[in-house]
Amino acid sequence: MALKTTAEVCGMGHSMKRKEDPRFIRGQGHYVDDIKLPGMVHLDIVRSPYAHAKIKAIHTEKALAIPGVLAVITGETLAQFNLHWMPTLMSDTQMVLPVEKVMYQAQEVAAVIATDRYIAADGVEAVEVEYEPLPVVVDPRKALEPGAPVLRTDKKDKHDNHIFHWEAGDRAATERAFAEAEVKVKEDIYIPRIHVASIETCGCVADFDRAMGHLTVYMTTQAPHAIRTVFALVAGHVGLSEEKIRIVSPDIGGGFGGKVPVYPGYVIAVAASVVLGKPVKWIEDRMENLQADSFARDYHMTAELAAKRDGTMTALRIKTLADHGYADAAANPSKFPAGLFSICTGSYDLKHAFTEVDAAYTNKPPGGIAYRCSFRVTEAVHAIERITDVLAQELAMDPAALRMKNFIQPDQFPYKSVLGWEYDSGNYPAALALAMKTIGYDELRREQAEKRQRGELMGIGISSFTEIVGAGPSKDFDILGIKMFDSAEIRIHPTGKVIARFGTKSQGQGHETTYAQIVAEELGIPAAHVQVEEGDTDTAPYGLGTYASRSTPTSGAACAVAARKIREKAKKIAAYLLEASEEDLEWENGKFFVKGAPQKAKTIQEIAFAAYTNHPPGMEAGLEAVDYYDPPNLTFPFGSYICVVDIDRGTGAVKIRRFLAVDDCGNIINPMIVDGQIHGGLSMGMAPALLEEISYDENGNISGGSFMDYLVPTAMETPSWETAKTVTPSPHHPFGAKGVGESATVGAPPAIVNAVVDALAHLGVRHIDIPITPEKVWNILKEKGVAE
Amino acid sequence: MIPAAFDYHAPGTLEEALALLAEHRDDAKVLSGGQSLLPLLKLRLGSTGHLIDIGRIPGLEYITEEGGSLKIGGRTREAELERSELIRAKLPLLADTAAVIADPLVRNLATVGGNLAHGDPANDHPAAMLALRAEVVATGPRGTRTIPIDEFFVGLFTTALDAGEILTEIRIPQPPPLSGGAYEKLERKVGDFATAAAAVQITLGANGEVVAAGIALTNAGPTPVRAAEAERYLVGKQPSAEAIAEAARLAGAAASPSADRRGKVEYKREMSRVLTARALRRALQRATRATRAARAKEQ
Amino acid sequence: MAKHRIRVKVQGTEREAEVESRLLLVHFLREVLGLTGTHIGCDTTHCGACTVLLDGQPVKSCTVLAVQADGREVLTVEGLERDGKLHPIQDGFWQEHGLQCGFCTPGMLITGYALLQRNANPSEAEIRQAISGNLCRCTGYVNIVKAVQHAAAAVNAGKQQRPTTAA
Repeated sequence: MALKTTAEVCGMGHSMKRKEDPRFIRGQGHYVDDIKLPGMVHLDIVRSPYAHAKIKAIHTEKALAIPGVLAVITGETLAQFNLHWMPTLMSDTQMVLPVEKVMYQAQEVAAVIATDRYIAADGVEAVEVEYEPLPVVVDPRKALEPGAPVLRTDKKDKHDNHIFHWEAGDRAATERAFAEAEVKVKEDIYIPRIHVASIETCGCVADFDRAMGHLTVYMTTQAPHAIRTVFALVAGHVGLSEEKIRIVSPDIGGGFGGKVPVYPGYVIAVAASVVLGKPVKWIEDRMENLQADSFARDYHMTAELAAKRDGTMTALRIKTLADHGYADAAANPSKFPAGLFSICTGSYDLKHAFTEVDAAYTNKPPGGIAYRCSFRVTEAVHAIERITDVLAQELAMDPAALRMKNFIQPDQFPYKSVLGWEYDSGNYPAALALAMKTIGYDELRREQAEKRQRGELMGIGISSFTEIVGAGPSKDFDILGIKMFDSAEIRIHPTGKVIARFGTKSQGQGHETTYAQIVAEELGIPAAHVQVEEGDTDTAPYGLGTYASRSTPTSGAACAVAARKIREKAKKIAAYLLEASEEDLEWENGKFFVKGAPQKAKTIQEIAFAAYTNHPPGMEAGLEAVDYYDPPNLTFPFGSYICVVDIDRGTGAVKIRRFLAVDDCGNIINPMIVDGQIHGGLSMGMAPALLEEISYDENGNISGGSFMDYLVPTAMETPSWETAKTVTPSPHHPFGAKGVGESATVGAPPAIVNAVVDALAHLGVRHIDIPITPEKVWNILKEKGVAE
Repeated sequence: MIPAAFDYHAPGTLEEALALLAEHRDDAKVLSGGQSLLPLLKLRLGSTGHLIDIGRIPGLEYITEEGGSLKIGGRTREAELERSELIRAKLPLLADTAAVIADPLVRNLATVGGNLAHGDPANDHPAAMLALRAEVVATGPRGTRTIPIDEFFVGLFTTALDAGEILTEIRIPQPPPLSGGAYEKLERKVGDFATAAAAVQITLGANGEVVAAGIALTNAGPTPVRAAEAERYLVGKQPSAEAIAEAARLAGAAASPSADRRGKVEYKREMSRVLTARALRRALQRATRATRAARAKEQ
Repeated sequence: MAKHRIRVKVQGTEREAEVESRLLLVHFLREVLGLTGTHIGCDTTHCGACTVLLDGQPVKSCTVLAVQADGREVLTVEGLERDGKLHPIQDGFWQEHGLQCGFCTPGMLITGYALLQRNANPSEAEIRQAISGNLCRCTGYVNIVKAVQHAAAAVNAGKQQRPTTAA
């Protein structure tokens, strides 16, 4: 994309160095745990060792006897205020603190408030809880069997563990297509639980001012306004009123979806602050974070693909069992309990498709949506890209050729998928062709053939994904009823500088820079002069926050639209100053000039000054605008990734030799930042593919609940990612951009799995579930007689 | 994340430290690098009334050659071991081992003595010291005593050290000419304990045959495992591919690992075998380089 | 339990306090001294967000007791900038987009700084090895490697520009 602004103005396309960095590189970031308020006390949480148990008694005397312990809060305490249960973002309910029973290991059972965090920890050790263990349900299949213990005994009319059934597509037509199919493949694909494990854990400082009846909560949240409204609705009956609630999301050390839900710790901290009249800080430690916070994935899928013998795909069917833990606390848009899973037809022109998801309660932490998944798109893409490779194997067809044959073609856009999405733009063949050319696909296949002769195991895997981000249009998208628009408020000062506030909330995505660049592009004001703010609900316009790669598609769009409203007013002022009519004015490079007389011009800075000092009579002073942007559609970034692996025949270890990511996110604001998002996303795609997993034994005991066993990759396990781009702008977005933050997490895992399976395909291997551990591979090698 | 309260002592001499240990006995723990002990205390998986920090006592960090031994002070940091030219030249097995313990930051504090005294079969030095046929010097109220490494690891998290003793030195017999060693560790990621690991120390004779072999396994049982049968098998043999394969097979058979997230028993045992073979090959390469260098010197 | 009076030199300035034996060095720095640049990211000594220099060596300050630092020198991220001038390692991270959320960054900066002290021209492999005790979730490490390389080049260029003493 050609640069339209100078380096000084630094609009779209410039790799502007980040404006937020100066504080971070000096260690002057302002994270929640850095906050220290006068009189602040600390909250720590007693957690259940059992996955399912009645609470017989909670003994708090020993804890209360410790000097410095101020209070112990239990479910009984909160029940007095009817705060012991709270709604989830999917209109289910979950406990804040239990009165009767616990439903997952590490569930919050009681909270200790103390003068410092060391004493609070001692207090937690001193609380004694008597439990009566109950039968545990961890297998979602067993949970749905008749006769399984009913977990949600709090729901009067619930007699089973089934949460919801959701489906999309034409079941009968798809069945017919499968019946007629020349070729069919079917594969069970399980994606286990994983956890975002951002380096900063979750936490808050809740500060209730008794005199003013005003609550401020500094909080690790990706969606401060939604939180404020939820608090007002949930705790309105105890006197919290929305105009007297302020949520401040300061610097956030990584979100990735894990800082969207309302965790019990936040609510307990707020309740404690209201009761004690002091600021209460709660910061979870890493084990609490991994064991109790919102998990991601846990989808048991069966994918089927029907095709003609020549490789033309004809029908797709995916049946999924979703394990949601003991409450549906996923943060989906309310009409989409399985998120945007119906993107599962992917990049292919499938004429028939049907997909259904059934969700079950189990004795595990609640949640489901997190880890850069774009609302279940990671699951959907994993399924379609894996089953595509299974089909390729079945047909003995090159997986790149099979994809090329079935891609939705550029001239088919906007493309209405059979499951109801209108893809805005795309050029899948170009992305795959670029990936193949850049990595040298043909040479790699030759090398693979040679190596195979010598018994060396090398694999090449492709993933050509289509993402769906930017939730979303008001007709379909809301969270707890709040529509998923987003907002920008731009105000220009007399000296031509800008303050711009947004309803989103960066957790590292660089909005202080990228949003400034959008303003610079639209108004010609140097990005360096644009102050960007997010995260304080007292000042920022209402928005739904940052997750699911929605910021650029929504708030970014609002920014451009608001800037264009400002330009409209600026034009009127310019006409007045230049004594010309508006029709005679043109806009370029930050100024309006008279057509044919370019020396007769006014810069945006001169116009801004005039807006306060010399504006047309009858016009309001000032130069500002707000926009609440309702996206007409989602955006559909896409890409083709190619992964090359070598397998150690002695240990089963998989080494990623090369990984090339070709991404298309439309027009790019800041290429450096986009590449950073891709690098990070690829790492968070590789990690679940090879290393990360949270699992439970039959008693609901967690495995992978600390960094000892939850394996976040270091720089040694991470390859040197290679990136490239194609640019296919979004036709409906104000500057043709799409979201991109999660593309790599979506596209990478199937590329890696496809590569490993490809390395072993000649031995008859068709599928391996992630994480692909060395032991899993070694078991296959041993079984096939090729282990060292 | 927060340990329970304890008393802290920072004695300036070994005598003071020993007196404190004698006074507080089972209610005291020695703090060396702290990289195994502090994590335990922080998770409240262990507790103690008294931490005796030996970090201020001079004369406990050194790497020297003396008599026929290499002597390493108990409080020598892993990072020192990793960077030591002397260790790299004389005991490449130990250089290998030090380089894969935890991560580089932990290695700046973790000590060799601590790694051994913790009694954790998942630590890396125990197997290396077995392979090197080292001796541990323990200093107690009644003076020092030397404990052969084969008697040092008694059980899971239990060593032959008395409650009142401090591990002050490790002595490794000077490897004869034509020796080589290597450590091969399979870990899920950097910083993890070994899924399996093999320590090998080999000495060759004038005709290229194996005259001495030390083979030991990490995380293959409640204590580090000496693959004694594999060692005996190799002595006197030419280190052919077949001999290496058989020695490795015997080493694998000596492993009795427990199943955990790193692998089931069969996988871990097989990895002990595969890694022993790889360590043997590398140790032999190093010994052969030493052979060539020695021969060049002779001429 | 008795408290201990400790004196720790932080960024060259002596700081004194009375602390519990069990107080972790990272909490001493953050809570007692108010130096919140050093962060806490885990509870099992894995993540390295808490990395500081202790007597010139990068260590995980969550696994050191404050009392162990008595009489010793500590450098935290706040001490990298001198007289308003960023250290090349800080500038390298800025120039090469070596940070996103910033939470692992102080630890990475200290580790990078320490690496350049003993290896003026680290290769990519050496950089990856040196930072293998520091976890990052945002960057995928690619730009962190570039940041350290940028800093190394700047440090070396700076050395070359230093006026030599008259021959």
